Amino acid sequence: MDIKILGPGCAKCKTLEKLTRDIVEQNNIEATITKVEDIVEIMKYNIMTTPALVVDGKVEIKGRVPSADEIRKLLMR
Amino acid sequence: MKWNKNFTIALLLIPLWFLIYHYLHPLSDWFVDHILEMKAGKHLTEALRFFIFEVPKVMMLLALIIFVVGIIRTYFSPERTRKMLEGKSTFTGNVLASLLGIVTPFCSCSAIPLFLGFVETGVPLGVTFSFLIAAPMINEVAVILLFGLFGWKTALIYVLTGLVIAIVAGWIIGKLKLEHWVQDWVYKTHLGNEGDTEEKLTFSLRIQRGYEAVKEIVGKVWIYVAIGIAVGAGAHGYVPEDYMAALMGKSVWYSVPLSVLIGVPLYSNAAGIIPIVSVLIEKGASLGTSLAFMMAVIGLSLPEMIILKKVLKLPLILTFVGIVATGIMIVGYLFNYVL
Repeated sequence: MDIKILGPGCAKCKTLEKLTRDIVEQNNIEATITKVEDIVEIMKYNIMTTPALVVDGKVEIKGRVPSADEIRKLLMR
Repeated sequence: MKWNKNFTIALLLIPLWFLIYHYLHPLSDWFVDHILEMKAGKHLTEALRFFIFEVPKVMMLLALIIFVVGIIRTYFSPERTRKMLEGKSTFTGNVLASLLGIVTPFCSCSAIPLFLGFVETGVPLGVTFSFLIAAPMINEVAVILLFGLFGWKTALIYVLTGLVIAIVAGWIIGKLKLEHWVQDWVYKTHLGNEGDTEEKLTFSLRIQRGYEAVKEIVGKVWIYVAIGIAVGAGAHGYVPEDYMAALMGKSVWYSVPLSVLIGVPLYSNAAGIIPIVSVLIEKGASLGTSLAFMMAVIGLSLPEMIILKKVLKLPLILTFVGIVATGIMIVGYLFNYVL
């Protein structure tokens, strides 16, 4: 699984990154996690609010930090 | 089912809220007089009474309104806002953008993607600026605090003047045709079309977002509210009534530009600054000067300018700050001398 966290480095983006990493680790999910901080790269996903969570090229969450539960459901389906 | 749970909790909490809010005054009095057994009329007692009443009052107002606004905001995603603004003529676009700036979720860390997302899909530069001015300046926390500490008239004045500034400033920036002062790479970047989808939300999920908004915002601002009101309570009986009149009173002609000048580099959220401003007013600062100070602190912030430097060339940032600061000063003078 290819997970990308989009965000220029604000507090919320860091929270989302940490949350995602924790969940991937706890559940032994096989995934590569990349943090995308370059704004031009971020804009390729055409999002207007950060942070965003991209799973296998699809924007799943944007503009908010979801609950751990929500991320777990997203990654384990 | 989730729908039932979220909805039921809301249905139970809202009447409870009104019940507590209604009895808050006698409750806090009872607490001070009978639990703490303090002597009525003393400075310390009255300062404490003020604090014990105001803090829960403002927090309850914050929680309720943020909850409601949180739900409303799920209907105004930036994507939808952008769609409404695309290709809008100037002025109509400026008005619409400023209004949408109030209800569209916005955080200054999203200023850049938002700016790019707007400008590159054909929202005019001036219209984008109207949005970028209104969004941070007129936010729900500011409006609730103004309502809670000053009453609805001041809250309304703040919203209306903020809107006028956002509309006019954006309109002027549009008329000046400053597109060449946007960083060159901006118009060359291409947006993908991955994220341009509207989330489909059930009403239960919208309520859920309301709860999340309350948790996030109240969790962040409660400490500023408490400190601000504590300062207010402390100043209540101890600082002389006309203490601020010499510096921020009506008769001091330079007080408006001075407070804007001090306000711009000061970085604070509405929750921190408004309780302080309420003390300033109580101690003799005039409404116009205080409004100007508040707007400068909340609406124009140095960190946001630095973030915007990525997409805007310096002359455009300076023009933007200059126009908005001038607008704020006009509002200040208007309230000091005309009204």
